[in-house]
Amino acid sequence: MASISFTVNARPYTVDVDPKMPLLWVIRDVIGLTGTKYGCGIAQCGACTVHLNGVPVRACSLPVTAAANKAIVTIEGLSADNSHPVQQAWIEEQVPQCGYCQSGQIMAATSLLKRNANPTDLDIDAAMQGHVCRCGTYPRIRKAIKLAAQKMKNPTSKS
Amino acid sequence: MTTKTISRRNFIKLSGMTGTALTLGIGFSALGKDSPVLTAALAEAQNIELNAWISIDTAGTVTIINHRAEMGQGSFQAVPQIIAEELEVDLNQVKIVFAQGSQTKYGSQITGGSSTVRGSYKRLLRLAASAREMLLEAASRKWNVARTELVAENGQVIQITTGEAISYGDLVADAAKLQPPKEVKLKSPRDYKVLRKPMPRQDIPLKTNGQAVFGIDKKIPGMLYAVVERNPRFLGKLKSFDDSAAKAMPGVKHILPVKMRVFSHDREGVAVVADSLWAALQARKALKVEWDDTAFPHHSSEQLYAQMREDVKNKPGLSFRTKGDFKRAFETSAKKLEAVYETPYEAHACMEPLNCIAHFQNNKLEIWGPIQGPDWVQADVADLMGLKPEDVTVNMTFLGGGFGRKAFLDYPHEAAVISKAIQAPVQVFWTREDDMTQGPFRPGMVYQCRGGLSDQGRLQAFETRMAGQNMDHQNPGADKMAYNSNVTEGFLETYLNSMPHYSFSDIPLESPIPVMWWRSVYSSTNGFAFESFLDELAHAAGTDPLAFRRNYFWDARYHELANRLEEVSGWKNRKPNEGWGVAITECFSSIVGEVVKVSRKPDGKIKIDKVWAVMDCGWYVNPDTIRAQVEGSIIMALAAATKHEVTFKEGKAVERNFDSYKMLRITDSPEIEVHVVDNEEKAGGVGEPGLPPFTPALTNAIFDLTGKRIRKLPFALEEV
Repeated sequence: MASISFTVNARPYTVDVDPKMPLLWVIRDVIGLTGTKYGCGIAQCGACTVHLNGVPVRACSLPVTAAANKAIVTIEGLSADNSHPVQQAWIEEQVPQCGYCQSGQIMAATSLLKRNANPTDLDIDAAMQGHVCRCGTYPRIRKAIKLAAQKMKNPTSKS
Repeated sequence: MTTKTISRRNFIKLSGMTGTALTLGIGFSALGKDSPVLTAALAEAQNIELNAWISIDTAGTVTIINHRAEMGQGSFQAVPQIIAEELEVDLNQVKIVFAQGSQTKYGSQITGGSSTVRGSYKRLLRLAASAREMLLEAASRKWNVARTELVAENGQVIQITTGEAISYGDLVADAAKLQPPKEVKLKSPRDYKVLRKPMPRQDIPLKTNGQAVFGIDKKIPGMLYAVVERNPRFLGKLKSFDDSAAKAMPGVKHILPVKMRVFSHDREGVAVVADSLWAALQARKALKVEWDDTAFPHHSSEQLYAQMREDVKNKPGLSFRTKGDFKRAFETSAKKLEAVYETPYEAHACMEPLNCIAHFQNNKLEIWGPIQGPDWVQADVADLMGLKPEDVTVNMTFLGGGFGRKAFLDYPHEAAVISKAIQAPVQVFWTREDDMTQGPFRPGMVYQCRGGLSDQGRLQAFETRMAGQNMDHQNPGADKMAYNSNVTEGFLETYLNSMPHYSFSDIPLESPIPVMWWRSVYSSTNGFAFESFLDELAHAAGTDPLAFRRNYFWDARYHELANRLEEVSGWKNRKPNEGWGVAITECFSSIVGEVVKVSRKPDGKIKIDKVWAVMDCGWYVNPDTIRAQVEGSIIMALAAATKHEVTFKEGKAVERNFDSYKMLRITDSPEIEVHVVDNEEKAGGVGEPGLPPFTPALTNAIFDLTGKRIRKLPFALEEV
């Protein structure tokens, strides 16, 4: 067991866990934030994506020790009231179907738009190809990212 | 206390309502076209079990019980949208709660066969209209104003002349005392305000901020976590296990052998129960298990397909549908065609792997999980556990995908067995590898098609012989000589009317591999064979593939669909150096036509330029949900056609996770345009029928571009 400190959504936590435990299970089962999902456990599907010091990471394959003294942001930290422009765009474009992969998709899209305010289709492909959606919401994800980019410049933008 | 008061109390508990309310349901005893709409009080007085779908309280809040699972397909929205239309309330005034599994209350709850809307919309419309009429009647009496002077609108009754309004909440106490009307007039679709509009789905905001509770997110007090090491071969027995190392690991509470029912067999495994999921996963790795796999064949994909290929050639089929004399008509045809098509085994690969919570105590069982058929789970798990159905409560969570897999009862049964053994609530978690390798899978299929054309190029003889595992043959006591009545699934009904000689038969394959519905079921593979072969016949006849199909359309509905497809896709303006393919299939009472356009990129590789789909599902609820479902169906079909398959080696599934079962990604997602036909036909399915026509439309387009006919799936698009 090891004692590890970090912040999740700006709140400080110290956990006493097996140092090999992936960050995903610490977030879900120790901290109790279940918006971040398990999909494959081998960093192939992106359902577990969170931001670690602003960078998207696969929490299923990252040992909790890698998060020591760092800032983690999960889907719950983006905004609880869906006010973030990416969440807004996701709702306007009616992206989710089953919704299970969408936390990861949204965290990846948010990170992309932070780096690149005007992503092209190729930029979107590059940033989102690690994220699997079995329901097939990809055409809408593409549209929603473009809408979110507009909203970030002009919050009243509509699809 | 009677059962009735329990039902009411349950409903009130579920809906979180208090006090007076107008609660309406349909008497289940005579569930059918004319089964009566009843108030809760009347049902109780007459001792009739009521399926309570709708309730309005004094605050005017409308509570609707969603009796079906929400796995992405939109029932969470569709059911309330139907109710809101005839009840004249704003969709935002409507609160939705999931029903618990109860066959006696809701009729069939299985979310399969794309049946949620088409199976219940008429009843739902009548229920909502009855409530509206009772509220109008109550207002008419209260004000002493003629019913004809009143309108219902936006949760209120309004006097037309004075504009005076009273909210539904203020009328429910009086309305609850009235008799529901014997007959109600339903609106004409022309007057719809909510239905047929792209209303935003109410579950979506919960799915963009992490609030939606899937099975895997559900926690109950005192819950332990279990993972199970199951036999990787499907019928094997547990010989022995050594848990000495696993038992000593931190957090481990119990290690026990378990059996869960899979059709006629018990799947065996060893469960590790711990105080956290992580602890259970670690201890499972330290477990040493020996299996006895001697009593059954260990099939490989090569063996299975060799057998099926031989079967379609040599074995007599079990005949399902025949007309005329196929053999003679084929032999006397001017042109004869024969082709064999092969489709792979597939995993459902829902993004949320299987999981289930069970709490067994005092001979009662409560289950929570991502479950497609809560009423089935209630009945079947009760039977397996030796309980009465009323002692089994099944709670649905959101489902992270279903596609047929979560209609199966193995995983709730296993959770129940473990909870009973350890006398504690437990969540059984399946890793991706567990989920992917244990099946049930979509069965692999081999089809042999033969067709004969007259000297004018008219199709006069059509035959399909299908070899593959029959899902029904797995059930206990199944007649293994029974034909597969799904062998025509996907084929247009109109073709069967217009073709003079046809024959459909199947040759069942015996294998221990468990198989199960996979989105659009047999249509998902039949469609590929039928619609590829029709394309081959059209080319042999020298006829445009869309025109060729039109020659066999019996009624106007199919012509309208083909015309629409031709128009939206620009079929007539096809250019050289483009490949165009079309396919039309019928599945769960909906007809879908799709056109795919492909071309070669500068590097010579094929790319899908665009897909057009026209969906005729008759009466419908929400055009945007339909578009989303067709988009998703096309993408799932493209994945199964070009990306992934499950193969078997020595009786075990080879693909264990997404590194070998390659899922389709955004980079491979084509542009898709979906159109919905407006008509008044009976409602058909929405969640599945968009899938079957895609693959043949794609391979037909590839043939048009390259002259290469693809008859075996999956194939690599970049290698054509």
